[in-house]
Amino acid sequence: MTEFISAKYNYWIYIFLMMVGFYAAIAKRNLVKKVIGLNIFQTAVFLFYISIAKVKGGTEPIWMEGNPVYTNPLPHVLILTAIVVAVSTTAVALAIIILIMKQFGTVEEDKILKLLEPHD
Amino acid sequence: MEVYESARPLCAMLVSLSAVLLIGLSGRWPNLRETWTLMAAVLKFAIVLSMLPIVLGGKVIECFIVHVLPGLDLALRVDPLGMTFALTASFLWIITSCYSIGYMRSLAEHAQTRYFMCFAVALCAALGIAFSANLFTLFVFYELLTLCTYPLVVHKQTPEAIFGGRKYLVYLLGTSIFFQLPAIFLVYYYTGTLEFSSQGILAGKAPEIAVIITYILFIAGITKAAVMPLHAWLPAAMVAPTPVSALLHAVAVVKAGVFTVVRVLLYVFGVDLLEEIGLGVILAYVASFTIIAASVIAMMQDDLKLRLAYSTVSQLSYIVLAVGLLTPSAIASSIIHITMHAFGKITLFFTAGAIYVATYKTRISELDGIGRQMPFTMMAFTLGTLSMIGMPLFGGFVSKWYLAMGAIEAGRLPILIVLAASSILNACYLLPIVYAAFFKEPKAGGQVIAPKIKEAPAFMVVPVVLTGIEAMALFFWPSLILDLAKMIVGYVTGESY
Amino acid sequence: MMEHLPIVMIVLPLLSAVVTPVAGRIHRVLSWYIVVIVTALCFAGSLSLLSTVLETGRISYWLGGWEPPWGIEYLIDYLNAFVLCLVAFIAFIVAVYAKKSVELEIDEARLPLFYGVYLLFVTGLMGIVITGDIFNLYVFLEIASLAGYALIAIAKRREAAMASFNYLVMGTIGATFVLLGIGHLYMVTGSLNMADLAQRLPALYGSKVVQTAFAFFAVGLSIKIALFPLHNWLPNSYTYAPSAVSAIMAATATKVGAYAFIRVMFTVFHAEFLITGIHLNHLLLFFAALAILMGSILAVAQTDIKKMLAYSSIGQIGYIILGISLMNLTGIQGSLLHIVNHALMKGTLFLAVGGIVYRLGITTIEDFKDLGRKMPVSMAAFTVGAFSMIGVPLTVGFVSKWYLAIAALEAGMWYLIIVLMLSSLLTAVYFWRVIDNMYFQPHDASKVSEGSVVVAESNPKDAPVLMLLPTIVTAVLCVFFGIFASLPLSLAEKASMILLR
Repeated sequence: MTEFISAKYNYWIYIFLMMVGFYAAIAKRNLVKKVIGLNIFQTAVFLFYISIAKVKGGTEPIWMEGNPVYTNPLPHVLILTAIVVAVSTTAVALAIIILIMKQFGTVEEDKILKLLEPHD
Repeated sequence: MEVYESARPLCAMLVSLSAVLLIGLSGRWPNLRETWTLMAAVLKFAIVLSMLPIVLGGKVIECFIVHVLPGLDLALRVDPLGMTFALTASFLWIITSCYSIGYMRSLAEHAQTRYFMCFAVALCAALGIAFSANLFTLFVFYELLTLCTYPLVVHKQTPEAIFGGRKYLVYLLGTSIFFQLPAIFLVYYYTGTLEFSSQGILAGKAPEIAVIITYILFIAGITKAAVMPLHAWLPAAMVAPTPVSALLHAVAVVKAGVFTVVRVLLYVFGVDLLEEIGLGVILAYVASFTIIAASVIAMMQDDLKLRLAYSTVSQLSYIVLAVGLLTPSAIASSIIHITMHAFGKITLFFTAGAIYVATYKTRISELDGIGRQMPFTMMAFTLGTLSMIGMPLFGGFVSKWYLAMGAIEAGRLPILIVLAASSILNACYLLPIVYAAFFKEPKAGGQVIAPKIKEAPAFMVVPVVLTGIEAMALFFWPSLILDLAKMIVGYVTGESY
Repeated sequence: MMEHLPIVMIVLPLLSAVVTPVAGRIHRVLSWYIVVIVTALCFAGSLSLLSTVLETGRISYWLGGWEPPWGIEYLIDYLNAFVLCLVAFIAFIVAVYAKKSVELEIDEARLPLFYGVYLLFVTGLMGIVITGDIFNLYVFLEIASLAGYALIAIAKRREAAMASFNYLVMGTIGATFVLLGIGHLYMVTGSLNMADLAQRLPALYGSKVVQTAFAFFAVGLSIKIALFPLHNWLPNSYTYAPSAVSAIMAATATKVGAYAFIRVMFTVFHAEFLITGIHLNHLLLFFAALAILMGSILAVAQTDIKKMLAYSSIGQIGYIILGISLMNLTGIQGSLLHIVNHALMKGTLFLAVGGIVYRLGITTIEDFKDLGRKMPVSMAAFTVGAFSMIGVPLTVGFVSKWYLAIAALEAGMWYLIIVLMLSSLLTAVYFWRVIDNMYFQPHDASKVSEGSVVVAESNPKDAPVLMLLPTIVTAVLCVFFGIFASLPLSLAEKASMILLR
């Protein structure tokens, strides 16, 4: 059992990080914290991709004479793309937060919702 | 059956559709606008009439419009059953058009262009129902008729009218979507076709339970036939201007309903299948209940149009009752009654409108002595009344005679009692009006002093008198309708009648 | 040149998206011209692709000449070609429509940027449809979504920013789930090409990893298409976005999501896996029925027309998923038809409402009194769209309902008919309220409800021609494809055959 847990520690970390991010993205009332949560959430997935790329005893994915075992480079490439996507998402999210800050004067969701209520 | 390909049925419908366009464009010139209505009405009747010899010659006219989906075609077929309905509706449109013009102008109603446009669409839809070759086409025009009559019902746009209109729509559109459409799904699912056939299409294709479910869905879904307990839309629709109540809610819409019932029962289920499962009788008894109950309710109404509306509910059930009995005479009677009731009831509604235009009276209790001021109108009313009751020498007698024979053929004597009772009830709620109009003294203290009341405008009186006489004439010359009815009975029962 | 058409379809709008804001610096109208021309070219290209597909069955384009499964493959069969035409068409129509509408609803300085982002959005949608590589699909999904967030946030109303942010959080979670699903699939198969995956997966259906992958896909894509319990980003986004954006989003964004859903369900995985492997069909059926009913019920409760249309969209997504979850040919045909049909009718409705917003600035249904006389053409188009939504025969709405109902009977699930009819009734209720107000309620000028900004002159004209024309085109198509339904049907038939090999 301990081996089952310890041998796959990288997956456990990814799951833990993912849940932390997920929680923050949903439960935090501050919009910036939500974005941070989203970032952690996405980063966890990157970790997952890097983990699946690892081949036991594999070297760097550089072609060498006589050593055919090397780490799979494709997930790394994929994750480079995903990182770009994550960065763009963060950029858009922060831009929207700035917009919200200008219009409402706050980035706390509770206060914004209160402001949005029809006042009569 | 010989098939005769022709675009004439389509033309008959397009005539009123093009009239819609012309009416819409010439809204600013009322005289021109009314010319279009009248021209379309006459032309339409002429086209329908031109198809009559072909149909009487034992042929069916077919016209294919468009293929929508596999199994769903928009196609028209003119057979004797459709012909009967189409003739009645298109002939009465001419008369109603004249009457409408008189009515709308006398009262200086608003939105007259919309009114005449919707009226033309309604007639197109009615003809579409009469001529449809399959369930899909029938359903299309059935829905179109509901939608285009809604603006007519809410014409006054008062809160009361809108409430009535909403009820109208909820009943008609709601049930057709919720019950009729699933029934059509079931028919298609089991048979793979929606084409009408004089032997029925469901026989042998669907398990008994499915047939029964489909049957119930259809009866519940064809609310236009106003069988109780789904009749409440008809009294609600009486907020409409009277010509609308006259043509649409005594002829086009409600007749479209009973016509659909007849069509579906005979051409989708088929006489044999219905007899085998014994479904006709249940319908006959539900209809009997409606006949009696609606008559009783009619007696309690003081509003003239409401009384007539309940009378319509009751009379429509004669047709449903007749087709439910499934014997040759009964089926013939259902077809004859479509026409007979149309002429009788339209006369009564026309009278109600004429009285309203001349005196602004709508209540029966205010009508004492009105026969002296409006003799022609009230004479026509009397003719209509007698036809409604089914007196000999009047059209209504013919259909009741055949219905009685049908009940005897079927060996269902309780139906005879229903017939007798309802005739008495008919007399009870209509004759007092005639009596009051001619023999009672006008009530003293009424705000309108008697000499001021004159007949309604000629545009209205002439149609009233015409339809009144027609209701009587149909007793002496019923041969055309009888021939058509006999042909239908021959087709659906497979034996000449 | 013609053999490179698949990639041109993506590169052209992508590059133009960069050029547009720059061109807008020279002259503002230039950027609009570019968008219209580019989307028109895309539409023409998609038609040409469709005709090629009809001749040859499928087009396979290898990016950079790399052979699949190593390189990225753009694979176009009946299904893509069909959806691609729809997306390009709506993009073009809305681009024409946008000019007048956004001039009023967006700050003038931001217009060139808006058009640039609009093209990015279109690029993303077309990319999702055209690609045959599952990771590529994720990338395009995110391009479309990111552009979508920006398009919503660009509106002047301050609610828009908040709606956009919520959409962003939900959308990113959904997309990340999809990414995880892809990772799991790659873990066991080592492939990213959808056709290749389809061949490798059947042997691995017992694997927990594959099942987990599927779960991630199902949930992630459900968020993207706003399937009922995961729908809450959608209503506010559609409501507060500029009219043109609401129109294109309602007509294409969720439809393309549904396309991706169908692709993953049936091309990457097999129908057989869904039914016998994980019994997903019943679960999906339940959520679809729930979406249909709840969407309709919530729509009845709305007083704001755009919100009402948004909730109605949630119900309509249920229809699409319902057809899929029946897992028979007729059902999938119904779903595919409904993708097109709903795009047309919802497009019409949002475009017509955009006209009202442009002239009068009102979206409260109560204030629509007498509009039928003031804006006859827009309202006629709206009525056509509404009838189609109700499912009146001879409109597109009837066609898809017909197929779904027959499919339900074929699957032996008659009770679904009750769901379908109940939702039709509810649809009739909420649309009739609008029609009633437009045509039949007497106008009372003193009782315009508070909060609505009545900008217009006392006697408004109909919407400008540039806005009317697209509205009329989509409305006419609603009826045209309702009568001549065999055209889209033949495509849907072929596509469903491919899906249910």
